[in-house]
Amino acid sequence: MTLQAGRARPEPTPETQHFWDGTRAGELRLQRCDACAKTYFPPRPFCPACGSRKVSVFRASGRGRLFSYIIHHRAVPGFTPPYAIAVVELAEGPRMMTNIVDCPQTPEALQLDMPLEVAFTPMDEQITLALFRPAPGNKAQGAKA
Amino acid sequence: MIAPGSVAIVGAAESTRIGVVPDMSQIMLHADAALNALADTGLKLSDIDGLACVGPMMPQQIAHYLGITPRWVDGTGVGGCSFMLHVRHAAAAIHAGYCNTVLITHGESGRSRINGTPRPAEPQSLGGQFESPFGPAGPPSLFPIPVLRYMKTYGITHEQLAMVAVVQREWSSKNPRAAQRDLVSVEDVLNSRMIAYPFRLLQCCLVTDGGGALILTSADRAKDFPQKPAYILGTGESVETTMVSQMADFTSSRAFRVAGSEAFRMAGIKHADVDHLMIYDAFAHLPLFGLEDLGFVGRGEAGHFIEERNTAPGGKLPMNTNGGGLSYTHTGMYGMFALQESVRQVRGTAPAQVPDVEISVAHGVGGMFSSSGTVVLGRDRP
Ligand SMILES: [Zn+2]
Repeated sequence: MTLQAGRARPEPTPETQHFWDGTRAGELRLQRCDACAKTYFPPRPFCPACGSRKVSVFRASGRGRLFSYIIHHRAVPGFTPPYAIAVVELAEGPRMMTNIVDCPQTPEALQLDMPLEVAFTPMDEQITLALFRPAPGNKAQGAKA
Repeated sequence: MIAPGSVAIVGAAESTRIGVVPDMSQIMLHADAALNALADTGLKLSDIDGLACVGPMMPQQIAHYLGITPRWVDGTGVGGCSFMLHVRHAAAAIHAGYCNTVLITHGESGRSRINGTPRPAEPQSLGGQFESPFGPAGPPSLFPIPVLRYMKTYGITHEQLAMVAVVQREWSSKNPRAAQRDLVSVEDVLNSRMIAYPFRLLQCCLVTDGGGALILTSADRAKDFPQKPAYILGTGESVETTMVSQMADFTSSRAFRVAGSEAFRMAGIKHADVDHLMIYDAFAHLPLFGLEDLGFVGRGEAGHFIEERNTAPGGKLPMNTNGGGLSYTHTGMYGMFALQESVRQVRGTAPAQVPDVEISVAHGVGGMFSSSGTVVLGRDRP
């Protein structure tokens, strides 16, 4: 799918570049602490649980569950209301804000805890957003890690 | 630790007008409220030697505009509860001898936007990278993000969340300065315009112009002033995250829990001691989170507690008695107005006065759930 023009465009920083390189390559990249095994988001080159600088980037499954959302009814550049602003809880634990695609933007269709999978959606040549769509079937039911 | 009641609020006032004030800029709303608070105390501007107001470069602007030469300043800006933190910091500064008499000011042209503070996009911030691209547009689209998870976790109903607005309109109907005073029903709330499901217009705060100011000094001097002092018994503060998507728990605010428990511990009070409560209500779920995180009710019980009219006029825990951010006023940083109402209730001068208020708690939130401050005020010095 393609995005409507006008969305706020993220600008990567040295500490987040690996995440944006990942989405452009079709990978959802998270970080895990080598010392205490904490998996965390958003990106930073140290562990927010223990302070260790020994952390690794790894490819996440791209699966998760719908954790919470609102359905926005006001006009915002790049969006046609009503549209959902959602939070997905990834199978690996961290949560991230996203939009839900390939799904009616209604309370009936957007059921909390429904399984989701990542839908990489390019914004331009540099930036690809990690949006999410309902997972086919219910096989990701146990998305809560 | 500073002893409970060592410092008191001896002056408190709002701007002469609140609501729609198109003939006053933001800085003048600060000054108008400050001059009213000075009049409340009988002090002169030259008596003020400490100044607190919200945000970068603001103490300089307000000091110069008012003609004050402070020897202590605080520009803490953590959103709408910043004033609760100012009270806490000012009490410590007075106790330490850094200053004798502190003025805390707020002014915001939230509706008329005259001399307003711009909020530029920050595409390199973590919020700019990991929240802004998904279509949020200010607090109405972000603050309610945890609500559906909270509702599902505890079985909270839309009707219970509507009751927050219904009850607060009962309070504001008694208040001539409130922006919205007509009584509403649960049905009215649930039929009002959808803003950000699950919240409708009447569950979202007003957007108004206004200001407020407080004057604090040591309790030993407090009896010399014309108004009854409101003694500062306890205070607390904390922060969590500016990204609502990254709150550790979508059913509870860590900042609320830390600030609230610190204030209660410092004051040495129990929940049953509290006669009057203000919980910053930018949106309808905040009083529920506040009641639970401050420990007035158990987890998931606040919806029922409000539905049963415990916080309504005549209830056992009168809450948001000015009508709150939902019905009284909400300039953008409402915490100052919650404190003003707590002072009025302790003095016994509120439009919807609760009988015999000895202890009032004002609990604030800032920048979604990013920050919190709690102030416990007492009528009597312990
Ligand atoms: Zn670690």
